Amino acid sequence: MSKLLPSAAKFLTSSTIPKAAAPVVSSSSSKFSTKSEATFEIKPYKLHKLEQGPATSATLSSEDALKMYEKLAMLRRIETASGNLYKEKIIRGFCHLYSGQEAVAVGMRAAMRDVDSVITAYRCHGWTHLMGVSVLGVLSELTGRRTGCSRGKGGSMHLYGKNFYGGNGIVGAQAPLGAGIALAHKYRADGGVCFTLYGDGAANQGQLFEAYNMAKLWDLPCVFVCENNGYGMGTSVDRSSASTDYYSRGDYVPGIWVDGMDVIATREATRYAIDYCNSGKGPLVMEMETYRYSGHSMSDPGTSYRTRDEVQEVRQTRDPITSFKEKILSRELVTPDQLKEIDAQVRKEVDEATKQAKTEPEVGVEELTGDIYRNNLETLIRGLHPAAPLQHYEVAPRN
Amino acid sequence: MALKSTPVLFGLLTRLSRRTFSTSKALASKPVTVRDALNQALDEEMARDETVFLLGEEVAQYDGAYKVSRGLWKKYGDKRVIDTPITEAGFAGIAVGAAFAGLRPVCEFMTFNFSMQAIDHVINSAAKTFYMSAGAVPVPVVFRGPNGAAAGVAAQHSQCFGAWYSHCPGLKVLMPYSSEDAKGLLKAAIRDPDPVVFLEDEILYGVPFAMSDEALADDFVLPIGKAKVERAGQHVTLVCAGKATDTALQAANQLAGEGIECEVINLRSLRPLDFDTIAQSVAKTHHLVTVEQGWPQSGIGAEICARVMESPAFFELDAPAWRVSGADVPMPYARSLETLALPRPPDVAAAVRAVLANRGECFMHTPCLGEGTVVMWDSLPEWEHTH
Repeated sequence: MSKLLPSAAKFLTSSTIPKAAAPVVSSSSSKFSTKSEATFEIKPYKLHKLEQGPATSATLSSEDALKMYEKLAMLRRIETASGNLYKEKIIRGFCHLYSGQEAVAVGMRAAMRDVDSVITAYRCHGWTHLMGVSVLGVLSELTGRRTGCSRGKGGSMHLYGKNFYGGNGIVGAQAPLGAGIALAHKYRADGGVCFTLYGDGAANQGQLFEAYNMAKLWDLPCVFVCENNGYGMGTSVDRSSASTDYYSRGDYVPGIWVDGMDVIATREATRYAIDYCNSGKGPLVMEMETYRYSGHSMSDPGTSYRTRDEVQEVRQTRDPITSFKEKILSRELVTPDQLKEIDAQVRKEVDEATKQAKTEPEVGVEELTGDIYRNNLETLIRGLHPAAPLQHYEVAPRN
Repeated sequence: MALKSTPVLFGLLTRLSRRTFSTSKALASKPVTVRDALNQALDEEMARDETVFLLGEEVAQYDGAYKVSRGLWKKYGDKRVIDTPITEAGFAGIAVGAAFAGLRPVCEFMTFNFSMQAIDHVINSAAKTFYMSAGAVPVPVVFRGPNGAAAGVAAQHSQCFGAWYSHCPGLKVLMPYSSEDAKGLLKAAIRDPDPVVFLEDEILYGVPFAMSDEALADDFVLPIGKAKVERAGQHVTLVCAGKATDTALQAANQLAGEGIECEVINLRSLRPLDFDTIAQSVAKTHHLVTVEQGWPQSGIGAEICARVMESPAFFELDAPAWRVSGADVPMPYARSLETLALPRPPDVAAAVRAVLANRGECFMHTPCLGEGTVVMWDSLPEWEHTH
């Protein structure tokens, strides 16, 4: 453990960002690694209206490497479990998987501080976990059970956590909402930045441009993150967007293109973005180019608008987990045994959570009328007919 | 956007009717316009709570398109009175996002007609998030602005959103009539931890109403969800809100001369709807007429009638309840047609006479109709056009 301390300290202080706080992961096994840190080259960023981009190389400690690998593996495993639960018909309705895109969220989260906030669209399971909700909290929300982070009332698109404002089901609506959260950061002068994520599909929604405009006018600390996974449902970027250079589509808002399959690149870009916004320069657009292995949702096999070969090729050549694994192994930051151990731990944790997410009960029927209002003033909540009136219930603590 | 409100005659009538009928207990009272009452409410709440801020089109340097926010930008500065571009979906979303993060935004729509550009944020983002998050994310936002028919601005700028928004659980929907309503309810809305839609009326902005010392005090807040009996009466219950309250009060004034005493209930709040007050009144008068400016289908009157049907209040009725509403047409521009599209006092008076007549009681100047007679409008006597 003693060998670890310098690198751990470095992880906490190397960032120019105060209060760096990445999710904590047990690193007792990293004593087996042979190198304490290594430096990696990052695929060049593309810049829009920026003189200087993020660092093009980054140093990773063995502890960082293990933490990030653990998070990547966890997100992948959560989605595999979600997919299976859906096929077993235990998850109802919609279910949108994040597999293939993990490096975006994991890298960003590693650079974020406690004061920062996130809002995203409906592909939100992984983000929810990274923002502090347990695996059980995520999976049992998907199964609609009482241990779900929204007590089973939100479902797969409506997950929330501390400084995490969903999980939003209306494509593009989260863009002005995120600008509003950023406005609150600025209003309070708390130094926080709001990361507002949307896909290439939402990139053509009018309200995104409304949000860009006001964010720039008012210098809001908002990072608009376009997760370009190539397809908005079944429509490829080339068929939806007159310009597919999403990083430049903020026009007067500077932008960066980032290799969203490289967790080191997404972390460095996010550090840069936080510094940029905190210096009072206003918003930034970050396009993270990534890929979605699954269909748009579980009902989409994802094969009518793209080829199986295309998916296979990405899996083999650009997979964010495999490529990261190779990098950190080849540079001897971690050992195969350490990664195997993490894989086993992740599998165990997700398996246990999955099991519990299936067996937990749903909330009591009285919660049908739970928390409609924070301060309810309706004497009765109308049920299905006049003879079935309901009471409003306060479930969440009101303080 | 020119201010077309406050025709002198209308103001005069309002003052007359207020003097005659208001049940307000104001002893020492001072006339204050609805506009100034709203301005007071905003000013007092901004002074009271740092997290309250105002945003919308022309709210700051222009002093508000209808001057409701006059002087606030000078007093509170750029941080707390924010001019937005013309971008409703964007700034409504920003207001809701700021509320997610714990601020108390007051989001002004220059008129509620433009809120349709942003209705997704009012309903999907604001109204539903507290429930969807199982109580984790409160949304203390107020959407306010002039609603309903203005004068001479045609179909796209003249409609009532009371029924639209009060349809949605998760929202509270207020519709003030007088200056007291405006001030007390707006302050309540800003302090409320849930999203509130606050429907003002352009025509009423310039109308002065007496405000008591109590209502002028900076701790004056009205309860949300409680109606106000504007005028007591024993023959028929008139239920109304906002501008329609004025119409109903004028009709009540007219009918009083015929020996018909109307009980006029100003709802103040469309959601929650104070049905107890309506039911108690119907138990006394046994007759009900609703008055609103919005369209009839699925409207506020329709909701009240449905609730009466479903409750013991139904058995108190001696005649079918009637709705007086805006005509079921898009608002025309021409003056003569516009006049026909909105309820006026004589329309309400005629409806009251018809409802009372259905019971077989004949009042002076009221046609006697046998029970079960289908009343057609053109079978009613022509009413006098008073203005």
